[in-house]
Amino acid sequence: MAAVVVLAIAVYILYTIGTAIGNDRTGLGPHTGWLVVEKFLFNGLIFRGILLTLELTALAMLVGVVLGAILAVMRLSPNPVMSWVSWLYIWFFRGTPVLVQIFFWFNINLVLKSIDIGIPFTSLWLHGNTNKLIPPFMAALLGLGLNEAAYMAEIVRAGIISVEHGQTEAAQALGMDRGLVMRRIVLPQAMRVIIPPTGNETISMLKTTSLAFGAGVTELFTRQQQIATATYDVLELLIVASIWYLVMTSILTVGQYYIERHFGRGATRQLPPTPLQRFRRMLFTFHAGPPAPPELVPAGPAVPGSEHR
Amino acid sequence: MTSMPMVKAEAVHKNFGRLEVLRGIDLEVNPRDVMCMIGPSGSGKSTFLRCINHLEKIDAGRLSVDGELVGYRQRGDRIYELPDAEVCKKRAEIGMVFQHFNLFPHMTVLENLAEAPVRVKRESRAVAADRARRLLERVGLAEKVDAYPRQLSGGQQQRVAIARALAMQPKLMLFDEPTSALDPELVGEVLDVMRALAEDGMTMIVVTHEIGFAREVGDTLVFMDGGVIVEAGKPRDVLANPQQERTRSFLSKVL
Ligand SMILES: Nc1ncnc2c1ncn2[C@@H]1O[C@H](COP(=O)(O)OP(=O)(O)OP(=O)(O)O)[C@@H](O)[C@H]1O
Ligand SMILES: [Mg+2]
Repeated sequence: MAAVVVLAIAVYILYTIGTAIGNDRTGLGPHTGWLVVEKFLFNGLIFRGILLTLELTALAMLVGVVLGAILAVMRLSPNPVMSWVSWLYIWFFRGTPVLVQIFFWFNINLVLKSIDIGIPFTSLWLHGNTNKLIPPFMAALLGLGLNEAAYMAEIVRAGIISVEHGQTEAAQALGMDRGLVMRRIVLPQAMRVIIPPTGNETISMLKTTSLAFGAGVTELFTRQQQIATATYDVLELLIVASIWYLVMTSILTVGQYYIERHFGRGATRQLPPTPLQRFRRMLFTFHAGPPAPPELVPAGPAVPGSEHR
Repeated sequence: MTSMPMVKAEAVHKNFGRLEVLRGIDLEVNPRDVMCMIGPSGSGKSTFLRCINHLEKIDAGRLSVDGELVGYRQRGDRIYELPDAEVCKKRAEIGMVFQHFNLFPHMTVLENLAEAPVRVKRESRAVAADRARRLLERVGLAEKVDAYPRQLSGGQQQRVAIARALAMQPKLMLFDEPTSALDPELVGEVLDVMRALAEDGMTMIVVTHEIGFAREVGDTLVFMDGGVIVEAGKPRDVLANPQQERTRSFLSKVL
């Protein structure tokens, strides 16, 4: 009963907003708003924006995961300097807004005219103008990636400490050194804990890339904004962007499912079925009578550090 | 037969903070011998085993395996701790079997056995897999090569764990209560594997509550309590005719 009421309210709200958007351009007759949405949905500029959004997401996550893993290992290091530096990094980058960080990298060339990297007292110096070193895309990538690393560090750390210490001991007793133990024994098992929140981070990142707008990167959000400014189809273009964001996040969600399944190997006696297998089984049991017993699904442990900004 | 003992401990001390866990352990284990260790909970048996392969650092004394100090090197009068890589090389010669098996759950049985030989000793996959199969046959689990550890019973897992340690072709095997986590009906199959290993001439130190095994298979029996060796000797003698009051009272509880 409650479900019917909720459904009715939802349909009513959607209908009201839908017709309002449909009649947005009253001068041109009813439902023209949706025609505008349709027109821009496959627009070339929008596509280029999508491409840039995907690039930014992938690269920022790459920076986040690699740097995050390094920070996590540092944080767990017996060396106090290592763990302190890592703690400081996480404290700083989690404690300031991403948009501020993006703006920071974007504006850094105002204070820092050039960057010199090299070995003191030798002629081995790299000289770079920050205007060229940190173009808008790089500023956005730095802002997003370095911030993400702080979150990923906590996720990876939670994963590492979720692996029973006996695993490390058994590996050490076989003569494996610290690097091997981490790479071959601990991290693969930590993956089961690391993957789900990392999937969420990636989905979140896909949307957060819209903040690159602040650095003037022409990703999806900036593109729709540019078009909307020219044509005044503000709501329509927001819908276009939303549709594409939804498509991309949906694809990521499916991808995440399969990756989790891969790293669940050995966690249960049987792998959980894929959605396709489940569908087939459903058809089969539909003909064959009583439903199959429920599958064992790996229990997803709760992970700190996956809360959102 | 060589005269050099496989394991030699001299006045080995170990503290955890204020807690003195090992308070001067002296013992020798000859090659091809089986030494069984018994003693009440908290007496330091596990800690001593873990010192032998340097999973724990000792605080005083000397501990050597096959004539070399474990985890340290002596130059003149001074003793230096070895770098991680050297310690790993030494550990690779010493097999260890744990109470809770500690198999790698994300790897198949074959991968569990081949991992260290391939990664640590840089053996080829084919050679390592070949030896793994032979070892699995030896512990009676030839048909389980492709199973994951969680698909096995406790007894089967422990037999795989023994095979995994043997895959490194160790000089010495350490067993820390290998049957304590097993259902009673599964204890026998693991002890059988260990007995066969002893008959093949493996040098073994076995911490166990299985008095029967200690009596039949052990060459020596050591009773530990409070971080010291209270009594040591031929298993039959120690069990039938304990000299110390503490040994007597412990045995009266477990026999
Ligand atoms: N890492 C550690 N830190 C602090 N104390 C420890 C640590 N490991 C062991 N101990 C303590 O050292 C003592 C000896 O422990 P150990 O595990 O060697 O005993 P055990 O003889 O193996 O006992 P059990 O039969 O219960 O396995 C115990 O009091 C234990 O609490
Ligand atoms: Mg113990």
